[in-house]
Amino acid sequence: MRDQEAELRDLEIRLLLEAVYLRYHYDFRDYATASLRRRMTQAMMKFGCARISDLQHRLLHEPALFSQMLQYFTVQVSEMFRDPGYFLALRQHVIPVLRTYPSIKLWVAGCSSGEEVWSLAILLHEEGLLERSLIYATDINTEALKAAAGGRFDVANVAGYSKNYQASGGKASLGDYYTSAYDGVIFDRSLKKNIVFADHSLSTDSVFSEVQLVSCRNVLIYFNRALQDRAVGLFRDALVRGGFLGLGNKESLQFGTHADAFEPVVREQRIYRKIAP
Amino acid sequence: MKPSLDWQHDIDAIVVGASAGGVTALRELLGALPADFRPPMLIVLHLPRHRPSTIAEVLGAYCALPVYEACDKQRIERGSVMFAPPDYHMLVEDEASVALSLDEPVLFSRPAIDPLFSSAAAVFSNRLLAILLTGASTDGSNGLAAVRRAGGTAWVQAPEDATASMMPAAALAYAGAEAVLTLEEICQRMRNRA
Ligand SMILES: C[S@@+](CC[C@H](N)C(=O)[O-])C[C@H]1O[C@@H](n2cnc3c(N)ncnc32)[C@H](O)[C@@H]1O
Repeated sequence: MRDQEAELRDLEIRLLLEAVYLRYHYDFRDYATASLRRRMTQAMMKFGCARISDLQHRLLHEPALFSQMLQYFTVQVSEMFRDPGYFLALRQHVIPVLRTYPSIKLWVAGCSSGEEVWSLAILLHEEGLLERSLIYATDINTEALKAAAGGRFDVANVAGYSKNYQASGGKASLGDYYTSAYDGVIFDRSLKKNIVFADHSLSTDSVFSEVQLVSCRNVLIYFNRALQDRAVGLFRDALVRGGFLGLGNKESLQFGTHADAFEPVVREQRIYRKIAP
Repeated sequence: MKPSLDWQHDIDAIVVGASAGGVTALRELLGALPADFRPPMLIVLHLPRHRPSTIAEVLGAYCALPVYEACDKQRIERGSVMFAPPDYHMLVEDEASVALSLDEPVLFSRPAIDPLFSSAAAVFSNRLLAILLTGASTDGSNGLAAVRRAGGTAWVQAPEDATASMMPAAALAYAGAEAVLTLEEICQRMRNRA
């Protein structure tokens, strides 16, 4: 049997999520529990609350605290060309098909601070497709979106990104795309000409465009099965027939209800193709 | 120390943490599991972050049970051994599945032992056995404390028996344990399930 304290904490977390939903219309009620539990405990410590219900009280009454709490409800970790094999597989197996469309729409769902979408823009540029592409980069974290649009990354990470870029089949040098500025690097503005950054939630919003590629990496891991099904349902509806879906390295369609709507293209890189109409 | 563990009834899951020296220790531990061993075993071994891991394959060769690396929402199957993948934390989501996460590294490690142990404690409470093995880290101390607070059982490898003594010694000092055992004794208990 579980101890009562743990039961109570879980109950309080559920109440807090309900309160956040009613007050701020952000829906975290179907997020994976284990990770939420961990991050709510961290938030309690950070904000000096003895109980989850104290945190809830403050959240209800202090809107400014909610925006800080968004950093605890969501996990902002990203990297340029994270898992180079994924980007290499896009180049080799997806780009040749995208090339056949006169205009291309792509959706990076859960783009965080932009590392993934800037990587994709560079890839499209090198393949000569950026000019006729439109990339929607969406997230619920508005601060992350702002950072993403800025295209400015910590100089400490650049060496790692360059290595990833090379391993991903990069055709130039990553240094060709940024200029150094103080403690950061700023990526070439022309790369984001065709990127639209927008606030969009996979938990509460609906499909907004038809696209040929959805890249949604390391976002579904934070959702429970029901919400994963909702999100993948949105991707299925947004994708054209034969359109591509790329997931994170350890994410799989296998356990969800939409598994039949897709077939693997590069299984080990989690790249799928929509087969259903 | 609890008198004995009736495996079939008292333990629903086993979590294991290991760091430096862990590959060798885990090879012995997995080698000791009998083919009819039922409780699922979830393992965090500290790994280099940016390399795909072959640990499940490598150690699977020594184990009578299926050994695999977790995917997100992977089902926890009885009679199997699951490793956290490199660069993700592995958490117990509910009695039937794990969830992965990219939360910040804990004590420079991702995967880390603390998140696995703490999340397992929250789900399995007193039906959990946690085993902390060799390592040159203090990861696992917090997790082991959470396991014991929730009524679970903690076994720690005797520091003098471990290739790297820091991790077990730190956890013993911080959290204590139901039993301090040599690796051979742990393996023996697995073989006997007692
Ligand atoms: C770990 S980051 C992944 C960043 C990037 N895709 C990558 O793989 O490097 C997860 C992102 O998902 C976003 N997210 C969480 N819930 C979301 C939702 N309901 N709708 C859209 N994005 C969400 C978070 O704000 C965060 O930026």
